Amino acid sequence: MIDLLRRIGLWGRGMVVAIPYLWLLLFFLVPFLIVFGISLSEAMLAQPPYAPLIDWLVDEDAGTTKLQILLNLSNYLRLGGDDLYILAYLNSVKIALVTTVCCLLLGYPMAYAIARAEPSKRGPLMMLVILPFWTSFLIRIYAWIGILKANGVVDNLLQWTGLTTEPFELLYSDWAVYIGMTYCYLPFMVLPLYATLEKLDPTLLEAAADLGCRPWKAFLTVTLPLSLPGIIAGSLLVFIPSVGEFVTPELLGGPDTLMIGRVLWNEFFANRDWPVASAVAIALLLFLVVPIMVFQHVQGRQTEAGR
Amino acid sequence: MAVQPIRKPTRLEPWQDPGQKPYVRIEKVTKTFGDFVAVDEVSLSIYRGEFFALLGGSGSGKTTLLRMLAGFETPTEGKIFIDGVDMAGIPPYERPVNMMFQSYALFPHMSVEQNVAFGLKQDGVAKAEIKERVGAILDLVQLGQFGKRKPHQLSGGQRQRVALARSLVKRPKLLLLDEPLGALDKRLRERTQFELVNIQEKLGVTFIVVTHDQEEAMTMSSRIAVMNHGVIAQTGTPTEIYEYPQSRFVAEFIGSVNMFEGRVVEDQADHVLIRSEDAGCDLYINHAVAVPAGATVGVAVRPEKIALSKEPPVNAAANAAANADGRNVTSGIVREIAYLGDVSIYLVELKTGKTVRVTAPNVVRRTEMPITWDDEVYLSWRPFAGVVLTQ
Amino acid sequence: MKQMGKLAWALWFGYAFLYVPIALLIFYSFNESRLVTVWGGFSTKWYAELLQNDQLLGAAWLSLKVAAMSATASVVLGTVAGLALARFGRFRGRTLFGGMITAPLVMPEVITGLSLLLLFVALEQAIGWPDGRGMTTITIAHTTFTMAYVAVIIQSRLVSLDESLEEAAMDLGARPAKVFFVITLPIIAPAIVSGWLLAFTLSLDDVVVASFVSGPGSTTLPMVIFSSVKFGISPQINALATLMMVVVATGIFIASLVMARQDRQRKRDEQMAVQGG
Repeated sequence: MIDLLRRIGLWGRGMVVAIPYLWLLLFFLVPFLIVFGISLSEAMLAQPPYAPLIDWLVDEDAGTTKLQILLNLSNYLRLGGDDLYILAYLNSVKIALVTTVCCLLLGYPMAYAIARAEPSKRGPLMMLVILPFWTSFLIRIYAWIGILKANGVVDNLLQWTGLTTEPFELLYSDWAVYIGMTYCYLPFMVLPLYATLEKLDPTLLEAAADLGCRPWKAFLTVTLPLSLPGIIAGSLLVFIPSVGEFVTPELLGGPDTLMIGRVLWNEFFANRDWPVASAVAIALLLFLVVPIMVFQHVQGRQTEAGR
Repeated sequence: MAVQPIRKPTRLEPWQDPGQKPYVRIEKVTKTFGDFVAVDEVSLSIYRGEFFALLGGSGSGKTTLLRMLAGFETPTEGKIFIDGVDMAGIPPYERPVNMMFQSYALFPHMSVEQNVAFGLKQDGVAKAEIKERVGAILDLVQLGQFGKRKPHQLSGGQRQRVALARSLVKRPKLLLLDEPLGALDKRLRERTQFELVNIQEKLGVTFIVVTHDQEEAMTMSSRIAVMNHGVIAQTGTPTEIYEYPQSRFVAEFIGSVNMFEGRVVEDQADHVLIRSEDAGCDLYINHAVAVPAGATVGVAVRPEKIALSKEPPVNAAANAAANADGRNVTSGIVREIAYLGDVSIYLVELKTGKTVRVTAPNVVRRTEMPITWDDEVYLSWRPFAGVVLTQ
Repeated sequence: MKQMGKLAWALWFGYAFLYVPIALLIFYSFNESRLVTVWGGFSTKWYAELLQNDQLLGAAWLSLKVAAMSATASVVLGTVAGLALARFGRFRGRTLFGGMITAPLVMPEVITGLSLLLLFVALEQAIGWPDGRGMTTITIAHTTFTMAYVAVIIQSRLVSLDESLEEAAMDLGARPAKVFFVITLPIIAPAIVSGWLLAFTLSLDDVVVASFVSGPGSTTLPMVIFSSVKFGISPQINALATLMMVVVATGIFIASLVMARQDRQRKRDEQMAVQGG
């Protein structure tokens, strides 16, 4: 009887986990397998626009049915052979790296200042960093259009001060993309940085000072190494989604701001070439597997440390 | 420095009575976490009405053992019986056991009354009875007027008493207490020790308490099991543990002790003589040991059992055999004195180079004390003072 | 404290970077002129126009519905997932489960969108469901990527929650399911509320995933904004943005006021307890 109850207890627990588990399997893992499958098929004019991978061939004469599996690597060969894709990948990485560094340079002093502020002020100061995150991403990007465009706020300001006389347009350039992405991803950098810096025991710095270490050196030898987990988590949180970013380059970038997210979008929506779009996605995913796994490792360690 | 046990001896103690059945029986229980052996083949019998202490440092396995009794951990091997019933497979919510947690684990979203009533509600006790029993137990712990408060509106001592009331209100036969006084400050802890003992005696519940504090264990418990690295080093009454430690670990863990190494030269039915290079004299102890002559043993002498004097000690009649030929007498130079108010601790360097710790009550004022730094002093003790340790 | 001076400058620069664009956006929403960045006098006419834009209002209504449904679903799924990760110890497939929970946090949206669309297409071919794409598919897609955020919030709340509270309840005779509903759930309720709000906001904000998995006739508000922004700026969008920000800011302001008050009350109680104890 007791054994039965216990088994029911375990069974109930298993059922509880099963619901989100199955959901994620179906709507997160299986889709990747499908994307992978379609990336190996051929585009055709049909609904949906790709050739089935697996087909039953009926041989009328012999009266038999044969299973035919068509695997097509040409989509991947196209990715490797066409400069467009390679440039797009490289450019995405470049833009993501610049964004990450900008976020770090801007976010670290902010997180540090908030962590060093009086305890009662930290909450409101942090709130101010997160607040924009609660408003629409799209609208925040949109706000920069008005600032950066020709005859926009920056242009007007420059003309008014007499620095330029020609209309000056930052919009539709890589610079605009850097600004917009740094702007949008900044909270993702500040949040984990603040979390590690806040936990840092201030007496460590006092001990360093007491032992004759100058503040700047104490920062380099004590604070910086101890905040490394936050730096890594924040950088990955910014870098990984940045690589596949679509909205910002689409709205702020010029026509020549190639990013892989845009290429994927265009292959899918404009060219209706689903197999190539899938191949682009798989290639992007393969590229991101390592950083994603590092991120999960860091994330896991931090939750463990919370115990 | 250990406080002597305060328990009054009552009737024949149950663990000495072969007719008594143990209430809790732990049989060769082992618990491993991965490669780490937290509890290693522990066997214990605990009797009805006992106040039993599991004493040990951190990582000694005492809390794991307690959690296995409560049902939060399952033994890797071995069996646990409570009141004769095998506890294997019985979840915590079906065990006739309640636990008081180290963190108190008071539900923050419930008032004191709701916290205490929680267990009774789970059993479907009638509302009127719940009210009555909650009121009674809160009165017992002197929190009658705090029933409507939330845990965060209470002081540490009050929270501790709510936790106690909550774990007692279901009238468990066995109460498990995990460091019940650990979060209290020293003075409150001392007062609460006596309260806990009184409540336990009043209700007749069997208590098993986990603690790392030897004073706490000595003051409160009927018996103590000293744990080390997952193994029980010794089980016994506080007196037995303190006066007759069976191993160096126990001797050194409980209170402080001076250890002398030596060789057995004479082993008679009523005494043993040990030649010790360490002590610089022969050690005479009035109990026998079952070791071959010539074996190397340790002798433990408690600091408060050593007498200090500037003159050679006079052989009192009772000590004649012991102190003949300078047995149990040695001398050295006072190197350090620590004045603690009620007692002073002297560190005396023997001629052999060994440092011996001696505690002496301050019967005169500090300024009038005869013994001071760098004095040459004699150390002596009685034949029953030493304990031979073979382990 | 000398270096704090420089740090404070960095902090204020950061805040300026974050808020000046938003302030300008709000400022120009009251601009009479159609040319957004040229001041033509104060006016609220764009707000009036906004309220007559049926396409936009319809899209907003759809987005709110999707956001509410997907936030609710993702709170249920995410809470259970967070509970499993924080409390069930090691179970079979935990590593995969943990991976599937954290990966959506950083997964580029184009990949999530594309993969879900292909799944829906394949499912429709195989079993005839979902029949076309619209509100249902958008809701499922949003639930999938927002539940990861909820799970992480719940997991970290549970990790910091003293497990002996749950053990104490079990020790006092409550079965695991009851422990969850009577003890765990009330204590983590604030985390669940913030998880819901976060999921709601993320859903209301998403344009990429929705573009992939929506069908004809199911255009969400971000999709409408995106397509109109692509053709340049319009004062109506400024007005809409202002309204959205006012709603969000008010909500957050009220929430933090309430929280600060509870915090103060709590501190006072604790102080009194120490003095009275």
